[in-house]
Amino acid sequence: MSADAPTFLGMPPFPEAAHEALGNEQLRHNLRRATGTIRDKRAQVIGELDDWEGLRTRAALIKDTALHDLDRHLVELEEQLVARGVTVHWARTAEEACMIVGDIAQSHDVDEVVKVKSMATQEIELNEALQARGIAAWETDLAELIVQLGHDLPSHILVPAIHRNRTEIRDIFRAEMGQVGRAAPEDLTDDPAQLAEASRLHLREKFLRARMAVSGANFAVAETGTLVVVESEGNGRMCLTLPEVLVSVVGIEKVVPTWDDLDVFLQLLPRSSTGERMNPYTSTWSGVTEGDGPQECHVVLLDNGRTRALADEVGRQALRCIRCSACLNICPVYERTGGHAYGSVYPGPIGAILNPLLKGVGHDEQVDSLPFASSLCGACYEVCPVKIDIPTVLVDLRAQVVDAHREDRRPHAEAAAMRAGAWAMGSSRRMALGQRASGLAGAVLGRVSRRANASGRQVLGWLPSPGSAWTRTRDLPVPPTESFRRWWKRTR
Amino acid sequence: MRVALMATCLGDTMFPDVAKATVTVLERLGVDVDFPEAQTCCGQPMINTGYLDEAEPVVRVYHRAFADHDAVVLPSGSCAGSVRHQHEIVARRSGDAGLVATVERQAHRAYELSEFLVDVLGVTDVGASFPHTVAYHPTCHSLRMLGVGDRPRRLLEAVRGLELVDLPGERECCGFGGTFALKNAEVSSAMGQDKADSVIASEAEVLVAGDSSCLMQIGGVLSRQRVGVRTMHLAQVLAAQEESA
Ligand code: SF4
Repeated sequence: MSADAPTFLGMPPFPEAAHEALGNEQLRHNLRRATGTIRDKRAQVIGELDDWEGLRTRAALIKDTALHDLDRHLVELEEQLVARGVTVHWARTAEEACMIVGDIAQSHDVDEVVKVKSMATQEIELNEALQARGIAAWETDLAELIVQLGHDLPSHILVPAIHRNRTEIRDIFRAEMGQVGRAAPEDLTDDPAQLAEASRLHLREKFLRARMAVSGANFAVAETGTLVVVESEGNGRMCLTLPEVLVSVVGIEKVVPTWDDLDVFLQLLPRSSTGERMNPYTSTWSGVTEGDGPQECHVVLLDNGRTRALADEVGRQALRCIRCSACLNICPVYERTGGHAYGSVYPGPIGAILNPLLKGVGHDEQVDSLPFASSLCGACYEVCPVKIDIPTVLVDLRAQVVDAHREDRRPHAEAAAMRAGAWAMGSSRRMALGQRASGLAGAVLGRVSRRANASGRQVLGWLPSPGSAWTRTRDLPVPPTESFRRWWKRTR
Repeated sequence: MRVALMATCLGDTMFPDVAKATVTVLERLGVDVDFPEAQTCCGQPMINTGYLDEAEPVVRVYHRAFADHDAVVLPSGSCAGSVRHQHEIVARRSGDAGLVATVERQAHRAYELSEFLVDVLGVTDVGASFPHTVAYHPTCHSLRMLGVGDRPRRLLEAVRGLELVDLPGERECCGFGGTFALKNAEVSSAMGQDKADSVIASEAEVLVAGDSSCLMQIGGVLSRQRVGVRTMHLAQVLAAQEESA
């Protein structure tokens, strides 16, 4: 079924992709409702804690410490996992990781796997890679299921189908479930309880049949060789306990040094992501337990650009991310464009920094457009439970994008404008000359402009390109005939 | 204490009335305001667009212009934020230890207007009267980069005759974002539109904020749609001494 699933490949740069999304009223409506609800819930449960700031600081510190000695913690994690009967694989790239998982599946002769919701496996496009080898990967998280059945792309980290409303979901279930398993009842309505029941019955068949499961992990505890998955629906626990073989694809930045560290994160994560005090299911497992659960466990430790991100002095803090989605839910840009515009499984503010950090600035035009997809309002930084200073990283990445084009033979118009601006602002004399020119223009324009704003100031409703980008939707005040500088000189 | 006004490039060129109003307020409170003519811009337009090398000479100009002042007052949260939080980045990149030291010594002397009034002068009642219904939009950089908190609100509450009404979703960005307004014009406009809608919903006569750039955005949308709500800078309201009708 994923043969016709779309991919993010070939997505246009952000402004273009956003154009399409902005035209979709239904999407904006769905998003505003959904993000607004989670936002309010989050604010409420965070207000209950005495020392939220203290928790954030501790979490950031734990992650920084872990990242600082990442090699040591990873080796310790490997040792502990191996000692508990786990086979550990190291994957430098998405291709390597997909190959490893596919090989394991083939060695067990399975043609299907059930999946726990996992960002790492979406990042490496595991489903598509397995499909190419004749192995079906069934998403079991409700929202991922909706995306998969709808031949759609995820648009949110936590709720990948956030762009869909109930009616759309009902239609997808009715049309698609029967194609790949147990069909939805004919008379299915858009009542949430009915939708949940339909997916429960559809998925149960798959849980009971599948011999192999694929998961990610929210945390990997080095000291004890423990993987942790937090979830809301219980589908994850089914996948983690029923099949005989369990393969977990884990980004190398997921490691935390000690078991005690979880204490901080298990308080921060549910509150930041779903607005709950505690998530309904927290599964932890350390290797194979004879006669109980999967009897063969694999862990694939995934780099896929993480060491590149780690080498970036400013950007490396992005590796602290625990994928809670709080930055998406608060982001005014995300709220209006939705996730698809970011062209990646990581959308929103974290996506705007993580994608260029993982893939490298200069990867392509789309990736290079992401650091500019922000008004730098800083709401993301304010809510981030691990205190990632996203605006600062964005500005640093912008500089990297600009630097990557400094040697271009034909300089971009923007670069020319910035250089001219910097030249003018490099001396007050030059700036004053510029102001004389704008003052003269203002005198002329003030006479031709036939419109004034509510304060009685003349405004311009039209400018040639690139100013048209402003005046298409906004008026611009006519420049005053006298700058402050001249007024000061004249009157003092 | 030697106090300087930094008019900001936008204020100096496009909104001189805001800079004049800042002078009026400060002088009314007995401050001897200096306007060093060597000043130009804080460099933020270049920095936030990623042109750090280009920003370097501009940052130098700023620190030369204000080298002898104990306090620099800026009627802009984002420019004050840029001086305090971003100049250091530009200086470090330049590799010039002298510039790094200068920025370290001087950057913290930049105050956004409400910070200077409340924290340095210890004043909330600046002797203004402005008998109108006002909604206040806390601009993102004053709110999150500087943490000005309720200072502007306290200043407004002390203005005689002024009725402060709630702005729905006040903490949400207006969508200006510097060159974002051009590079991602459509998203920026959508944000501006929603902000304008909440201004209308507030039923205020006047929308007030501490950044001329954000006011240009919100005012631009309001004016385009011929909504009769005025936009004014905080400094202009604090300078006002209108008698009630
Ligand atoms: S960047 Fe912070 S807020 Fe955003 S998903 Fe990651 S942890 Fe959550």
